[in-house]
Amino acid sequence: MNFFGGFRVTFAKLFEKRVTSQYPTVKRPKPERFHGRHVLGRYEDGMERCIGCELCAGVCPARCIYVRGADNPPDSPVAPGERYGYVYEINYLRCIHCDLCVEACPTEAITESKLFEFSFTSRDDAVYTKDELLVGDDGRPRRLPWEDWRPGDDEHTSGWMRATSPSGSAAWEGRAAWSAELGYGVRAPEQGQSAEAGPGTPDGEPSA
Amino acid sequence: MNVLALDPAYIGGFGLDEALILIVKVVAAFAMLMVAVMLMIWFERKLIGDMQNRIGPALAGPWGILQTMADGIKLFFKEDLVPARSDRFVFKLAPYLSLVPAFLVFTVVPVGGNFTTGDGTVSWWGNTTYLQVADPHIGILLVLAMSSMAVYGVMLAGWSSGSKYPLLGSVRASAQMVSYEAALGLSLAAVLLQSGSLSTHDIVADQSGYDWNLWVTGIVPFVVFLIAVTAELNRPPFDMVEAEQELVGGFHTEYSSIRFALFFLAEFMNVITMSAIIVTLFLGGPDGPILVEGVDWLWGIIWFFLKLMVFLFVFVWLRATLPRLRYDQLMDMGWKVLIPLSLGWLLFLGALSIGRDRGWSEAVVIVVSVAALATGGLVLRTAVRAGRAQRQADEAGETADRATQGGGRR
Repeated sequence: MNFFGGFRVTFAKLFEKRVTSQYPTVKRPKPERFHGRHVLGRYEDGMERCIGCELCAGVCPARCIYVRGADNPPDSPVAPGERYGYVYEINYLRCIHCDLCVEACPTEAITESKLFEFSFTSRDDAVYTKDELLVGDDGRPRRLPWEDWRPGDDEHTSGWMRATSPSGSAAWEGRAAWSAELGYGVRAPEQGQSAEAGPGTPDGEPSA
Repeated sequence: MNVLALDPAYIGGFGLDEALILIVKVVAAFAMLMVAVMLMIWFERKLIGDMQNRIGPALAGPWGILQTMADGIKLFFKEDLVPARSDRFVFKLAPYLSLVPAFLVFTVVPVGGNFTTGDGTVSWWGNTTYLQVADPHIGILLVLAMSSMAVYGVMLAGWSSGSKYPLLGSVRASAQMVSYEAALGLSLAAVLLQSGSLSTHDIVADQSGYDWNLWVTGIVPFVVFLIAVTAELNRPPFDMVEAEQELVGGFHTEYSSIRFALFFLAEFMNVITMSAIIVTLFLGGPDGPILVEGVDWLWGIIWFFLKLMVFLFVFVWLRATLPRLRYDQLMDMGWKVLIPLSLGWLLFLGALSIGRDRGWSEAVVIVVSVAALATGGLVLRTAVRAGRAQRQADEAGETADRATQGGGRR
């Protein structure tokens, strides 16, 4: 009579460990490459990384990013080069945190922090403007009043960029292929990423 | 007054004392049931959480014990919707049709008193009375009548909603409850045959000294009764009536706010009252050892509630363990297994009882009865199989016809 076996199973569950975590009070550590609220980075000299190219807006499957570029004022440029992001808005009522914008960005300007617990009382608050997305003078994301930042959420916001060796080739591991960042300098690459990627040869020097 | 109830309090006429006793009992039973329902819902959620490696409600009050109250308050303040296509009067009446019977069933349940060494009465301030709200001569018939009444609540709720899922739910409810009512009544008849009375107090008194019907009538009526009650209560695995995956919410799909809460109140209250009925009929009610002399009636209450808790646990355990039956399996089980089984067992007990009266040899009676019942069982099995074979042949023929006519049109 396997019929009664089920009763034994459910009864035995009474004495097992519970899997529930007390979410609002106890929060589990987030994964290294968690996709949360975006931040716009700056170079070490304080220049904005965004060049207003709209690639992020083009790749966004949810059409939540609105970018308008403008020519840099010659006497006080905002970003290196010709153009900069004059308007940069992300609508978080639409964003699905797929991280495609981060992959598309040619200057590593847009990255994602680990913050996902943010709610709004109006639709206007859901549309983050450039001021709100841009990192502060210390290189940390701004903490907006309605956001619930936890320790660690705002550190290493560009974790994804730092973690991956190009094309998964093990030969690239340990070579920093990115530029210096405000508040952090040139960050060390994450080790042990391509342990199983097998041997490979760099087909060219990474541009620093 | 004796026509209405057997309670010794009413023997000397019905005066102010008796009226006060009655009012106190009614209020106490009402309050106790309401609190018990609250705790039962919490208990069920907590226990089923434990059985699924979760913790269940934990935030409202200590261990989440006030969760039900929080839910109730929330439901009270929600919008009370009446669908435009509903039969408004019946729609509003239906929740009460299922709630009131749930209350009334509990009135005949003896919840305490010393049945082990005494006669189950208590004397308070010179008034001798039973620890039950009423003890009518027809006690068990009242239970059957009320559980049939509760079907109307579910049926009318589904019908009056003017929507298809509730209607399907209520059709299932009526068919299921009518089918299982028969098995319920037949297994109950075995108990009545044993105790020779319909009064719940007499049934409990008859079982005193551990002559519990659970083993006096053999284990079969108890098992059949437990299954039939589960079906009658629409508890899993028999919750076809509100099968969420198939019927949205079944009969209460269109209900919201406090009317929805009333249905749930009735459902959980029925679980408690039916567990109480099982304890009364099969487990000797408040019968149990008196561990400390002096407050004998209190021990009755304690034993009664301990037995009650066992069944409440069992109902939750069933829900946590068994998947829902398919509708035809449900009907098969009711009509082809439970009803013949309880009917056969009733006949068997009847034969034993007559044999004892007439002084026949017990062994001969048992052998003859078992042989007769086995023959009956075989005939039934043959009939069921023949019917199934016939049906399958018909269906095969129809399919073939359709194939020859081409296109497989219906």
